[in-house]
Amino acid sequence: MKKPLQLFLTFFKIGAFTLGGGYAMLSMVEKAVVDQKKWIPTDEFWDMIAVVQSLPGVFAVNTALYVGHRVAGTKGAFAAMLGAIIPSITIILLLATIFREYRDQPVVERIFKGIRPCVVALILAPSLRMIKSAKVTWKTAIIPIATVFLIWWCKISPAYVILAAIAGSLIYALIVNKKAKGKEVKR
Amino acid sequence: MIYLQLLWVFVKIGVLGFGGGYAMLSLIQHEVVDHYAWMTTTEFADMVAISQMTPGPISINLATYVGYTAGGFGGSLLASFALCLPSIIMVYLIIKLFMSKRSNALMENTLKGLKPAIAGLIFAAGLSMMNLQNFPDFGRGQYNISVIICVLAFVASYFFKANPILLIVLSGMVGFFAY
Repeated sequence: MKKPLQLFLTFFKIGAFTLGGGYAMLSMVEKAVVDQKKWIPTDEFWDMIAVVQSLPGVFAVNTALYVGHRVAGTKGAFAAMLGAIIPSITIILLLATIFREYRDQPVVERIFKGIRPCVVALILAPSLRMIKSAKVTWKTAIIPIATVFLIWWCKISPAYVILAAIAGSLIYALIVNKKAKGKEVKR
Repeated sequence: MIYLQLLWVFVKIGVLGFGGGYAMLSLIQHEVVDHYAWMTTTEFADMVAISQMTPGPISINLATYVGYTAGGFGGSLLASFALCLPSIIMVYLIIKLFMSKRSNALMENTLKGLKPAIAGLIFAAGLSMMNLQNFPDFGRGQYNISVIICVLAFVASYFFKANPILLIVLSGMVGFFAY
C-alpha cells in the first residue's frame, strides 16, 4: 500500500475512534506511527510534538500535517489531515441533520435542559485546573482575572485579548531568554 | 456573503486558537453567538455537548456544526477547511524555516506566559453561558435543578476528574426525569 493511503487510513481510524480531543489521541498516534509502522523514531516524534503543541489551531490537524509531511511529503500531509478530519465532519453532519429535526421534541428538550448546566461546569472546571497547573501566584492572578473581566464584562472580542496576551508573553519570554543567556556567558 | 463570513471567522480562530479546543470556545462563542447571531446561547451549549460526545477534535466538530447551521452543507465544509488553513500554512513554514533550539525556547516561554490568559479565556466562555436560557429554573421554585446539576458536575469534574461524556449522559438523564 502506498504511504499516503496508509497515512490516511491510520489517521482516519484515530479520528473516528478517539473521544476527548487532541491529547487523548496522542498516545494512539504514537502507537501507530512510532511503534507499529516505525515511520518516526521515538525521540524525534516527541521533539516534533513539542513544536506542534506550541502552534495555534487544531492540535490533531497540526500533528497529522507534521507526521504526514515527515513520512510522505505534501501528499502525505494532506492525506493524514483529511484522514483526521473526515470522520468528524461526517459524524457531525449526520447528527446535525437529525438533531435539528428533533430538537423541538419535548423529550429531547428535557434531556438537553439537563445537559446545558453540565456543559457550563465542564468548561469552568478545566479552566481552574489550568490556572493551578500554570502556577499562578497572587501577583500573576491579575492576568486571568483581567482576561475574564475584559471578555465577560466588557464584551471585548477575545481575539484582541489574545493578541495583547501574546505581546505581553513574548516580552516576558524575551526577558527570560536574555537572563538565561546572561547566565551562560558568566559560566 | 455567508461563505465569506464563515471563512473569515474560522481562519481567525485557526490563527488565534492557542491552547486547544476549549480555548477556542471563547472565540467561537463571541463570533457565532454574540457577533453574527448564527445560533442562540442554548444551541451553542447543546453543540458543545454534542461535540464533546462525538469522536474527533472538538473544534472541528464545532466548526462543522456552526458551518452547517449558518450555511448548509457547503458552509460546514468551508468552516472546517478554514479552521485548518492556518495550520497548513504554519506547519509548512516551520518545516521550511527549521525550528532552531533557541526559537523553540522562546516559543515555549511565550506559551508559558500565555497559559494564565488562556485559562481566563476558557473561564469567561463558561461564565458567559451562565444565563437564564441555560439555567431556566434559576430563582424559580424551591429546587434549582439546573444549579444543582452544574455544581455537582463541577465538583465531579474538578476534584475527581470524572469522564465528561459520563457527566453529560448522567445530567441528560436527570433532565429527562426532573423536567
